[in-house]
Amino acid sequence: MGFFLETLFGGLMAGMLYALVAIGFVLIFKASGVFNFAQGAMVLFAALTMARFAEWIPRWTGLDNMLLVNLLAACVAAAAMVVVAWLVERLVLRHLVNQEGITLLMATLGISYFLDGAGQLLFGSSTYKIDVGMPKDPMIVLENTFQGGLLLSKEDLYAAAMAALLVVLLSLFFQKTKTGRALRAVADDHQAAQSIGIPLARIWVIVWSVGGLVALVAGVIWGSKLGVQYSISLVALKAFPVVILGGLTSVPGAILGGLIIGVGEKLSEIYLGPMVGGGIENWFAYVLALAFLLVRPQGLFGDKIIDRV
Amino acid sequence: MFYRENGQFKTSYQSDLQIFPIAQDRIALALFALVAFVAVPMLASDYLFRAVLVPFLILSLAAIGLNVLVGYCGQISLGTGAFMAVGAYAAYNLNARIEGMPLLLSLIGGGLCAMVFGILFGIPSLRIRGLYLAVATLAAQFFVDWFTNRVAWVTNGSSSGSVSVSALQFFGLALDSPARKYLLCLSLLVLLGLAAKNLVRGAIGREWMAMRDMDVAAAVIGIRPVYAKLSAFAVSSFIVGVAGALWGFVHLGAWEPAAFGIDKSFQLLFMVIIGGLGSIVGAVFGAAFIVLLPLFLNLVPHWLGLAISTGTASFLEHMIFGALIVFFLIVEPHGLAALWATARQKLRLWPFPH
Repeated sequence: MGFFLETLFGGLMAGMLYALVAIGFVLIFKASGVFNFAQGAMVLFAALTMARFAEWIPRWTGLDNMLLVNLLAACVAAAAMVVVAWLVERLVLRHLVNQEGITLLMATLGISYFLDGAGQLLFGSSTYKIDVGMPKDPMIVLENTFQGGLLLSKEDLYAAAMAALLVVLLSLFFQKTKTGRALRAVADDHQAAQSIGIPLARIWVIVWSVGGLVALVAGVIWGSKLGVQYSISLVALKAFPVVILGGLTSVPGAILGGLIIGVGEKLSEIYLGPMVGGGIENWFAYVLALAFLLVRPQGLFGDKIIDRV
Repeated sequence: MFYRENGQFKTSYQSDLQIFPIAQDRIALALFALVAFVAVPMLASDYLFRAVLVPFLILSLAAIGLNVLVGYCGQISLGTGAFMAVGAYAAYNLNARIEGMPLLLSLIGGGLCAMVFGILFGIPSLRIRGLYLAVATLAAQFFVDWFTNRVAWVTNGSSSGSVSVSALQFFGLALDSPARKYLLCLSLLVLLGLAAKNLVRGAIGREWMAMRDMDVAAAVIGIRPVYAKLSAFAVSSFIVGVAGALWGFVHLGAWEPAAFGIDKSFQLLFMVIIGGLGSIVGAVFGAAFIVLLPLFLNLVPHWLGLAISTGTASFLEHMIFGALIVFFLIVEPHGLAALWATARQKLRLWPFPH
C-alpha cells in the first residue's frame, strides 16, 4: 500500500508538470485558435534563458545574493518570452489570419524549429542547471500508518505549491482584471470581441506572453529537477495527450487531464509494464487519451461538437 | 504561344476523360520520362544518386501517400513515420524469414501490412476529428517506436535493434549499383503515382474530397463515412508502407527504429503542406524542396568561405529551416502546386495579357 501511494504521488507530480505545459497550450488555443506545437520549444527557450542568465549575471555584476540573481534572471527570461510573443504575432500570426488549423499548426512547428535552433545557438547546447533553492532532501511521512513510512521528495511538494500558485494567479488575472475579461471575450468569440472594440492583435501578444510565462514556470520547475537540456522540449509531446484528454479549450481540463495522464502513466509502467517488456510510458498516455476520446470525442471538458450542414 | 490547346478537339468521351488532356503536356511528359529513365541513369554520379535522387524519389512516394490522406480526405496524420516503419519492418521480416522471397513481393507485403495497420489506426477517425485526430495519430507513432524497439521478434532477434538487408535482387537482376536502385524507385513512384492520380480523379477520390470539405454534408448526400475514411487510410498507408520498405531496403540498407521517428512524420507533413495539399504533383515538389533545402543550406557557408563548426551549422540550419517554413506558409499557403498552376495559366496566354 505504501509503495502504491508513493507511485501515485510520483504520478501526480509528473502530471502536474504536464498540466503546466498543457495550460500554456490551452490558453493559446482558446485565444488565437492556434494549436501551438512550439510550446515545448518555448519551455526550452525560457529555461535556457533563465539558466544562462542566472550564471552570467553574477559574473558580470558580482552579485552573490542567489535570490536576487534568480529574480533578475527570471525577469530577463520573462522579458525574452514577451519579445518572442510579440515577434510571433508580428511576423507569423498576423499574416496567417483565417488560415486553416493545419496551416497554423505547421507554422508553429516552424516556430519550434526556429526557437530550438536559436535557443541553443545563443545559450549553448549542453546541460545547465537552474538552482532556485528548492530543497533536494526527501522526507518520510506517515511512519505510523505504513511500515517504513512514505518517501516523498520535498522538491516535488514545493513544485506543486508553485504550480498551484500559478494557477491561482492565472485565474485571478482572467477573472478579475480588465485584460483578463478581454481575453475571455476573445476566447469565446473572435468576431464579437472585435466588434466591441477589443484589439485582437494586442490580445494575441498578451496571450502568447502568458503562454510564454507559463512555459517559463514549467521550465524552471523541470529544469531544477532534471537540468536544462534539449530533451525538455520533448515534454510538449507528453502534454498533447493531456490537452486532448482534458479538452482543447478547458483550463480545468488541462489540469485534471495532466493529473490523470501522470498517474496513469506511472501506475501502468509499474504494474503493467513488466508484462510487456517495460518502457510503455511513452505511448500509454496517448492510448489512454485515444480510448477516452472514443467515448467522448471532445475530451473531458471541451466544447461540445455540434454538427451542422 | 506554344502552350495552347487551340484546335485540340475532344471527339470522344475517352479523350474527354484522359488524364493529360493537353497535347503539349503529353509531349513534355514523354520527354521528361525519357530524361528520367534514360539520360539520368547514364549521366548522374553515384553521390547524386545516393544523396539526392533516391531519397527524393522515395520521399515523394511517401508524400503522395500522405497527401491522399491529408490533402484529399482531410484527415491530419502525424504518424506517417510509424506507417513507414511498419512497411519497412514487415518487408524485412518477409525477406528474412521466407527463403527466396522476391523483392517485389516483400515490398508489396510491407505495403499490405502497413495498410492493415493504417485501417486499424484509422478507425478512431470515425469518431474523432481535426486536431484531436492529429494528436491521436501520434499514438500510432509512439506505439510503433516502442514496439520496434522492444519486441525482439520484429528485428529477428538482432541484439542491437538494427536490421540490415543485403544482396537485393529484382527478378534476377542484382540491385548493386545506385543507378539500378534509382530506376527501381522511379518505376515504383511512376506506377503508384499514376494509380493515386487516377484514384483521386475517380469516384472514390470525389468521396474523399467531399469528406474533407464537410463530412456531415457528405454523409447526407449518401457517402458512407466509414468506407470513405477507411479507404483513404488504406490507400494512403499502403503507399506510405511501400515507401517505408523502399527507404529501409534501398536507401538505408541497414536501419534502426530511430530512422522512422517522429521527425520523419513532421518532415513528410512539411512536404505535403509546402508542396500543396490535395495535389499529387505538389507532393513531388514538396519532397524535392525538403530534400534539397538541407543540402543547399550546407553548401552556403562553403561558398561564402565561412568556417562554421558543425554544431553551430546545425542550429543555424534549424533556424533557417523553421523560418523558411513559416515564410512559405505566409507567402503561398496553398503550396508549390498553386504556383505551378498559376505559372501554367500564365503560360497558356503568353505573350498576350488576356
